[in-house]
Amino acid sequence: MAEVAEKTGKNTIIHVTGLTKSYGEVLAVDNISFQVNPGEIFGFLGPNGAGKTTTINVLTGLARLDSGTIQIGGIDCTHNPKAAQHLIGIVPDESNLYPELTGFENLCFCAALYGMRKAERQTRARELMDTFGLSNAADRKFADYSKGMKRKLTFAAGIIHQPPILFLDEPTTGIDVASARQVRQIISGLQSKGTTVFLTTHYIEEAERLCERIAFIVNGRIVRIARTADLLQPVRGKNILILSTLNVAGNLSEEMPLFFPQHQFQFTSGQIRVESQEVVNVAPLMRFLDERGVQVTEARRHLPSLEDVFVQVTGIEAGLMKKEKEKPGVGGNQ
Amino acid sequence: MKGWIAFWNILIKDMRLYYLKPPNVSWGIIFPLAWTGMFFIKSGSGLESVLALLPGVVTISILFGTTSMLTVTITFERRSRSFERLLLSPISLELLMLAKTSGAIFFGIVNAFVPIIIAAFLVDLSGIAWSLVIPAIILIGIVSTFLGLFIAVSASEVFEAQTFSNFFRFPMIFLCGLFFPIMSLPIFIRPLSYILPVTYGVDILHGAVSGTQIMPLSLDFLILAAFCIVLFVLSLHNIKRRWIS
Repeated sequence: MAEVAEKTGKNTIIHVTGLTKSYGEVLAVDNISFQVNPGEIFGFLGPNGAGKTTTINVLTGLARLDSGTIQIGGIDCTHNPKAAQHLIGIVPDESNLYPELTGFENLCFCAALYGMRKAERQTRARELMDTFGLSNAADRKFADYSKGMKRKLTFAAGIIHQPPILFLDEPTTGIDVASARQVRQIISGLQSKGTTVFLTTHYIEEAERLCERIAFIVNGRIVRIARTADLLQPVRGKNILILSTLNVAGNLSEEMPLFFPQHQFQFTSGQIRVESQEVVNVAPLMRFLDERGVQVTEARRHLPSLEDVFVQVTGIEAGLMKKEKEKPGVGGNQ
Repeated sequence: MKGWIAFWNILIKDMRLYYLKPPNVSWGIIFPLAWTGMFFIKSGSGLESVLALLPGVVTISILFGTTSMLTVTITFERRSRSFERLLLSPISLELLMLAKTSGAIFFGIVNAFVPIIIAAFLVDLSGIAWSLVIPAIILIGIVSTFLGLFIAVSASEVFEAQTFSNFFRFPMIFLCGLFFPIMSLPIFIRPLSYILPVTYGVDILHGAVSGTQIMPLSLDFLILAAFCIVLFVLSLHNIKRRWIS
């Protein structure tokens, strides 16, 4: 929270420099540096195995860094990762509560770990069960909760002690659309109350919607870090048209730029992507393709988004990133 | 104060989730009962053997009670990742691990009294030096639990923890003077007896029950306490090395 940073006289609430972490031969995080400002939602965006969870583990004290420095809330945690644990809350990527305890008991237990007294922790647990819409399931064992309910209770457990800094590791992965939306609303609500949020996600739209600043992490390295608005700047005002084709005839990749010099073209299997600073007029393009025997099955306008920036910067297809993490029938990305 | 709230709640949670579960309570009673019956009957020398066997039966009850429960609960929590939640809480690792082990120590102490209560119905226990027995039981409970912790930290699966703990436990039955005097062991095996902590606990109990200890009791207490500290420190070191790596 801003107060923590103010008290310590620092402008940043999380300050990481040269963080490196390897597991045996595998370099998980490679010399990364970043700062998180008080009260902001900072996104860590990258594919599976990029180093997102490792970074959270090192920052929260679950793993030791090989080199670099870490300051959280003005406290140097480089050699004493426990020093700032009272300031942070963590929502891990997998639910890790006690299956044999009820939802209410789990929250009370987590509150007790932060030294909260009985009356205080019971009041807070009831309040959170209500906020997350779990009041009716308060006396049910955690083992009997659905996946979405488990995720929400795990989230509630992470904020039971009202931490000024919250680490969220893939908070909406694998939960239904409604639950994901509720979780995002709660994240925004926490930020409006001054909580600093460090969010890792592979959902680009989620990062774009929630985060003020975003770092793209690939293969353990931060390849880009900027304000979300600044990241979007290069693609803002661009007009993009996606043409789906059944066949490609002739040498389109050479001909089309010559006929339409105001546009830029990208040719992938079954698709032609047309990018322009002006509005893309579909009719001449269709005529051109029709004359060359190319069958176009769909033409759709694509609104430029952070996904385009991500693909441009990292070279990773966003669709692939989602598929890596999602299981059939679920998706918290709506 | 906040640390102690956490300590108390971890202990209560473990007691509820693991130690006071009906199967474990019955196991905690039946297991010492079975050992007691087996050794008392097998000795074949009638009720007079009860006092001689009591230190061994008490120790074995504590040893198996504590190590079995602790290795399973810690390995299980590690597998389910709920142990991470404890590691992320703002209490020192020392206090956290004391909280995690207190339930097992308590369970072991309760187990110790099962054979004592049975023996009380069979023989006169008025000659026993209880002022030695009680601290000895507590120390054996602590050292066995910390041995269980040491094993649990070295294992990653529940079955692995059980197998690994048997590797320590069964030799102790024969090597630590529980039922066979150390002096009756082959001379080349005896050094092994003296590197096992249970040896010193059993010696105190033999001294308290029948005055047949082989070492000064103060030395037994001192060595047992040293083993407690060493095993706890080693376990903490291994936790930091293996679990927070």
